[in-house]
Amino acid sequence: MLSLTAVCKGYASSEGRVAVLDGVSLSLAAGETLALTGESGSGKSTLLHLCAGLDAPDAGRIAVAGRPMGRSDAERAALRRGTVGLVFQQFNLIPSLDVAANLAFQARLAERHDPRWQAELTAALDLGPLLSRYPEELSGGQQQRVAIGRTLAARPALVLADEPTGNLDETSGDKVMALMLRLVAETGAALLMVTHSPRLAAQLDRRVHLRGGRLS
Amino acid sequence: MTGLAVLLSHWARHKVQAALLLMGLALATALWTGVQAINAEARASYDFAAATMTQDRLPRLVAERITLADYVALRRAGWPVSPVIEGEAVIGGETLRLIGIEPLTLPPGERVEGNPADFLTGGTILSAAPLDDPRARRADLPPGIAVADIGVAAQILGPDISYLLLTQDRSPQDRPAPAGYALIRPATTDLSQLTESFHLNLAAFGYLAFGVGLFIVHSAIGLAFEQRRALFRTLRALGLSARALTGLLLAELLAFALVAGAAGVALGWLIAGALLPDVASTLRGLYGAEVGAELTLRPVWWLSGLGIAVLGMLGSAGQSLWRLWRLPPLAPAQPRAWARESAQAMRRQALAGALLLGLAAGLLALPGLWAGFGMLAGLLMGCALILPMLLASLTRIGQWLSRGAVAQWFWADTRQQLPGLSLALMALLLALAANIGVGTMVGSFRATFTAWIDQRLAADLYVEAADEADSARLLEWLGDRAVALPMIRTTDGGTGVVGMVDHPLFRRAWPLLRSLPDPWAHLDAGDVFVNEQLALRRHLSPGDRVEQGVIAGIYPDYGNPMPQVILSYDRHRALYPLPILRHALITDIPAAAIRAAFPRMVVQDRAAIREASVAVFERTFAVTAALNVLTLGVAALAIFASLLTLSALRLPQLAPVWAMGLRRSRLAWLEWLRTLALAALVWVLALPVGLALAWVLLAVVNVEAFGWRLPMRLFPGDWLRLGGLSLLAAGLAAALPVYRLARIAPAELLKVFARER
Amino acid sequence: MPRPGPFDFPADHGAHPAFRIEWWYVTATLTAADGTEYGAQWTLFRSAFAPHEAEGWASPQVWLGHAALTSSTRHLAAEKLARGGIGQAGVAAVPFEAWIDDWRLADRMAARGEGFAYDLMLRATGPVVAQGDGGYSVKSAAGQASRYYSQPFYAASGEILLDGRRIPVTGTAWMDHEWSSQPLAADQAGWDWFSLSFDDGARLMGFRLRGAQDFVSATWITADGRPEPQPPGALRLTPGRTATVAGRAVPVEWRLELPAKGLDITTRALNDQAWNALSVPYWEGPIRAEGSHPGRGYLEMTGYGEGAR
Repeated sequence: MLSLTAVCKGYASSEGRVAVLDGVSLSLAAGETLALTGESGSGKSTLLHLCAGLDAPDAGRIAVAGRPMGRSDAERAALRRGTVGLVFQQFNLIPSLDVAANLAFQARLAERHDPRWQAELTAALDLGPLLSRYPEELSGGQQQRVAIGRTLAARPALVLADEPTGNLDETSGDKVMALMLRLVAETGAALLMVTHSPRLAAQLDRRVHLRGGRLS
Repeated sequence: MTGLAVLLSHWARHKVQAALLLMGLALATALWTGVQAINAEARASYDFAAATMTQDRLPRLVAERITLADYVALRRAGWPVSPVIEGEAVIGGETLRLIGIEPLTLPPGERVEGNPADFLTGGTILSAAPLDDPRARRADLPPGIAVADIGVAAQILGPDISYLLLTQDRSPQDRPAPAGYALIRPATTDLSQLTESFHLNLAAFGYLAFGVGLFIVHSAIGLAFEQRRALFRTLRALGLSARALTGLLLAELLAFALVAGAAGVALGWLIAGALLPDVASTLRGLYGAEVGAELTLRPVWWLSGLGIAVLGMLGSAGQSLWRLWRLPPLAPAQPRAWARESAQAMRRQALAGALLLGLAAGLLALPGLWAGFGMLAGLLMGCALILPMLLASLTRIGQWLSRGAVAQWFWADTRQQLPGLSLALMALLLALAANIGVGTMVGSFRATFTAWIDQRLAADLYVEAADEADSARLLEWLGDRAVALPMIRTTDGGTGVVGMVDHPLFRRAWPLLRSLPDPWAHLDAGDVFVNEQLALRRHLSPGDRVEQGVIAGIYPDYGNPMPQVILSYDRHRALYPLPILRHALITDIPAAAIRAAFPRMVVQDRAAIREASVAVFERTFAVTAALNVLTLGVAALAIFASLLTLSALRLPQLAPVWAMGLRRSRLAWLEWLRTLALAALVWVLALPVGLALAWVLLAVVNVEAFGWRLPMRLFPGDWLRLGGLSLLAAGLAAALPVYRLARIAPAELLKVFARER
Repeated sequence: MPRPGPFDFPADHGAHPAFRIEWWYVTATLTAADGTEYGAQWTLFRSAFAPHEAEGWASPQVWLGHAALTSSTRHLAAEKLARGGIGQAGVAAVPFEAWIDDWRLADRMAARGEGFAYDLMLRATGPVVAQGDGGYSVKSAAGQASRYYSQPFYAASGEILLDGRRIPVTGTAWMDHEWSSQPLAADQAGWDWFSLSFDDGARLMGFRLRGAQDFVSATWITADGRPEPQPPGALRLTPGRTATVAGRAVPVEWRLELPAKGLDITTRALNDQAWNALSVPYWEGPIRAEGSHPGRGYLEMTGYGEGAR
């Protein structure tokens, strides 16, 4: 589903070029869940962004669903619309739309809107009473649940999550995690999740650790 | 003063913002100051003219012909008269109004300055501007006027005396004037009263421009506050008290205000200097008022310019200063964007707007020019306040109507942006409405004016002779090749009095708005016609009485600020025995032939007069046209400033959509489209406001100010053109922020998801 | 000024445009039926910017008229200005007429002003008298002089109008005609001038020009019209009581002594406040003489500045 080969990414700084990712290779099969851990600032988010096509690597190859990552901005945007779904730590939702519209947005962008599937997700995530509210009126946990619902409503083949429970307290975080894992398993999507919590990482199939720009 | 240095360092990093803030305030101040400068210059000229031109304040005796012997005879009979020879003369290459006075017989205190011997016998000519003539001397006089001893004037203009000033109340007989003379009383209204409405119009424009400019200032200050919010919190946490911090910000703002104000005053000087010649010629054409075309630096306007810059800055910054005062040192993690108002606030504002509109409608019942302006202000402000809520409703409808996800998001997001853009959009609404309103008024005026003047100029030629002898020779020369109709008019106590010959030409050319049945017979019988201005000002109708008789008809008299009365020719001659110098000719003889035969005669054909009148008319409104364009520019600048303000705050709203697969270029295109859509919506809403404005201008303000009423005509072509212009302006204003968005590095967008704000 | 020949009448009654300054001066001491005393003044000045006359507005001559009426309680004055060459003011020699606007001097003397008017017939009862040395009147030791003659023997009768009341009056009048191009020396600030008609028929004209050194000149005129010019300084003028007039200290009582004629009189003004508040202000009013030679006359005092002696 996802394969990275010798991916390098760095940025310029006052001390010269700093390498964030230095020859990273990994692969993820369909339906598999992978946890990506590391110290803060170790480049986990950067790796995730590259997988999402939000940024381009300096060197190396990335392939999603068997196809290499497109070079052009248009191709990568198309990737994010249909194949890959993103869940971030915060600001996942569109502030100007209500919860119902947010839920349907990605699916409609990908032209895969399925009202029944969306209703199922809504029930599963317990979002019924929140449908007409706006994101700014929701708590952190509620926002993340909507984000998950929105991502999965489009039935992506690959879900990329960047510390999705980072802003939540332990109880809500655990609830959200459980929901997400269950639904991902139901849809059969692959999941790459960045986290700094070993406890959360343990709940996934596999685990890799990023240190000094390399995986171990 | 490290606190101040820290605050100011922000501007060093955000030079564009600083430039916007300064420019906005400077422009607004410039327009306001420019108008003030023009008005102050004119007012000073009127005061000066009133003080120095005393012969305009004394009553005078006129007759068909006044010779030197006539004058001496009157003096020897005990009449306290002083002779004046007056006329147009070319002196040193300049055409001036030459006034020849006899200083010995003028009332004490009216004496001319300088050496009396020199004046009486030296042939001195006094004028304000330097003249290329050995006799010329400088003196403190209004522009366009030259004063000399009557002997000098007699040499240049001819020996006949133009009129006699009555210098004392005493008359040696029981009658007010000697036999064969008519007494003309001076006008009771002075120039400053007459031209008040014109200057009021200019001043209103200045205030409008200033208000629009303040919108920019408000945006820039708000943005600076938002960007420095973290800095402020840090400073407070480090121990700077709220009062000290607010004081520092106040100091910073005042410094800006003074710099921008000074720049604005300088710019206003330039604007006024550029506009003054047009204003001066307008005033001369309309009112005969002489205003110098040179601008003098007067404390009244540059001091007030600086003052209003400071006041405007304080007013715009009030909200930010208040927020700063109340800023807690430790702010919670969840910010509220400064520009986001709740729906409730918008509703409150719309309610206030509706109230203002109601008030404006109520003012319809009140007479007076100030009520008219109040109506205008209420209408404009009311509509501006309602605008955000209207736009919100329209975008809601748009969202409801659209099908695709992106389209729905487009409208939803537009509505979300409204609070931040509302001020700029209100400014745009005001500018557009003003453009439409004034444009409609001018267009209606032009259409009616040209039709009316075509009707009134019915004769082929209009001639004016230098004296009675010339006039008689002309009539003889013409013989029966032309029908010559004498035209006589004079002024008495501020009212024009015209003597009309009973001829089909005049019957046709003088349209009457309202009249008694068979009005011309009434005129012959001794009744009078009055012009619209007189009738409106004194609330008179046909059948009412004025000083000169019963009103038989009311006629339109566009372009004339003074009241006017028409008498039958015979009655006029009996009351005012004046030389007949002007004639209207119905003839086939070309003007050139008459000019060749009579070089001293002034001959004008219909087309020339029409052209001159229309030119005066156009110049009058050239000033407003220039101001119109400037306010539109200021509104565009306001949009630009607001968009720039918002661009920094847009990222959290755009990042999720981008992450979900919408390309940056598409997002940028949508942003641009959004601005255009808003501008288009504002234009649509500005149309009824502008037309309402035009109606108020035509039906209330102009009637009160000038005394005549015009039908309102519509010019859809102008609206379309203005729509195009506003789209262009909005498009240009949005270009830079949109370009930056299209080019934004993904890293910037990604920071949204990770960084805490 | 060159010493000229005798006067050439009637031409010399008229104007002399070649000279810079000229005036025709009539003062009348009048009495009403009830014995109330009045005084009237009629003056026409001519001033030239250039020593010639021209027609029309180009004339360099300027005319100034002063008229005044005095009673013991009232003093009213009026002024008129006119330019020469146009006929608004002027003097014709034959027949003699001087006028400015509607003021007239011929065999009548008529003028009007704010609150007063007079119209008097004048009848000469004696000859014209040359002043000074055959009409050459020296004004200072340096030799400034003017041409000067008087007609001190007028009988006046007519009407005055004062504060709305018409009052028939009779009395005597005295006319002076004087012209020159430089009457005063640089140091001469002003003068005090007396004209007196004594009850015994004699007349006296005397003046004092105040300067670095005072110059006093006088002419005694016998009852039959013979002038007897007095040597300079023969007449002694002593100012007496001063009054505050228009903010100035002005002597309104005088003592005149002329030993050669046995004259020792004191004069008192009919109205202390006889001040002509005109463009050139001065004191001019009727006086009464008491002493060796009782009579009435006129006194003119010029050049008293504010706060001056």
